[in-house]
Amino acid sequence: MRLAAPSNPWFSWEYLQRNSADVLTALQQHTTLTLEAVVLAFALALPLGALAHLRPRLGAPLLGVAGVMYTVPSLALFAVLAPYTGVGRTTVLVGLVAYALLVLIRNVLVGLQGVDPAVRDAARGMGYGRVRLLLTVELPQAVPSIVAGLRLATVSTVALVTVGVVVGYGGLGQLMFRGFRSNYHAEIMTATVLCLLLALVCDLVIAGVGRRLTPWARSTRPV
Amino acid sequence: MDVLQQAFAWLNDPLNWTGRNGVIALTVAHVTVSVLAVLLAAVVALPVGLWLGHRGRGGTAGVVVANTTRALPTLALLTLLAASGLFGNTATVLACAVFAVPPLLSGAVTGLGDVDADVRDAARGTGMSGARSLWSVELPLAVPQLAAGVRTGAVQVLATVPLAALVGGRSLGSIVVEGFGTQNYGQVLAGGILVAALCLVAEGLLAVAQHLVTPAGLQALSRDGRSSGRRRPSRRSAGSTAPPSPPTDDAHAPLAVATSNDSNGSGSPV
Repeated sequence: MRLAAPSNPWFSWEYLQRNSADVLTALQQHTTLTLEAVVLAFALALPLGALAHLRPRLGAPLLGVAGVMYTVPSLALFAVLAPYTGVGRTTVLVGLVAYALLVLIRNVLVGLQGVDPAVRDAARGMGYGRVRLLLTVELPQAVPSIVAGLRLATVSTVALVTVGVVVGYGGLGQLMFRGFRSNYHAEIMTATVLCLLLALVCDLVIAGVGRRLTPWARSTRPV
Repeated sequence: MDVLQQAFAWLNDPLNWTGRNGVIALTVAHVTVSVLAVLLAAVVALPVGLWLGHRGRGGTAGVVVANTTRALPTLALLTLLAASGLFGNTATVLACAVFAVPPLLSGAVTGLGDVDADVRDAARGTGMSGARSLWSVELPLAVPQLAAGVRTGAVQVLATVPLAALVGGRSLGSIVVEGFGTQNYGQVLAGGILVAALCLVAEGLLAVAQHLVTPAGLQALSRDGRSSGRRRPSRRSAGSTAPPSPPTDDAHAPLAVATSNDSNGSGSPV
């Protein structure tokens, strides 16, 4: 990055002080949108992943459809959605959920299928039914993979929210675009740094929760 | 009038297809920029990836790079480049190339890293030098994952290029952005359909290409593997002996699982 003229610096504390309310609004919009999208996608992905695991015949088309959705660029998806869901929050949210869904379903499925067959056999031998097996044995075993999926989905959702700028609801992307329009370097850089920080914080929080959820991972070291 | 009808009316108008900003010209621009970006990324990423994979390290470095770029919004990079004076398609090519590097890099590193150590030993045993072993033994074996990396990277670039329309790059995304600007939602929908179609077609073509470049021996091997066992456990994560394959205290371990899925699936959404 080359040094900018002093009148238009990339980093400016003054900008942050003067526009703190504006920046905070954008950050809040960004954060709530991300959390809402990931929570919704997770609530959808858990049953869908379990269904795909229990009924493998349904699994392949489910992953196929999700894969096709994933290939469609976000700009195109927002463009296709916008005429129906309007310009604003709903469009962005629907798009974000669609993208987070594939990552989550795939990781739930990988986690459930990665359970050691011997463990599954043991549970079945103890008289566990299919549903109880899923809920009390397979699901806890799949937690590491699910947490990895959540981290991935959250980080990419944070980045993706910015594209919402095309429908006027892009959180920090809004700042980036405005900064670009008015050629205000500090605004772009502030929004970018905040985006990266938000992604990092979310990632660390989810990783921490994942560690708390799998105490056995800390005590028993894999040989 | 219904938006869908408007979109089809827009698509049916021959005037929208020809001319300097017609669909055909924009598609050509879109594909040209994408190809340039992928080539640029390949020139940077493949030699590095091959070297790292051949040496058998750099796995974690690749993961770190991939995760950082995942968190960096495309729009941020585009606006940053555009604001620092690189307007139009130069900025687009550079920004897209940055996002194509991780899939290519991880394809090369995991592809070479997964080559059977015995095969490598055998190559050395028959007197091959390191370079020759890399060129005539390891590289052909790594082709499927290399090709998967190229495919993921290329589709990702095709999907990223439309965003550049926001900062003045010419591509199919221009149709969408112009439609939003003039509140012509038929045009927005039509542009969205065109961009999506381009990406899906490219994905299909590249899948065929990936199949074609895979050496015949490897194809036969994977066919055998599929017919005998139900499915091979995903590389080393599932089949290992460690009981509840948990994330170790290495912070990158869980993400490594996810990115290794990535190299044969899809990259980050754009």
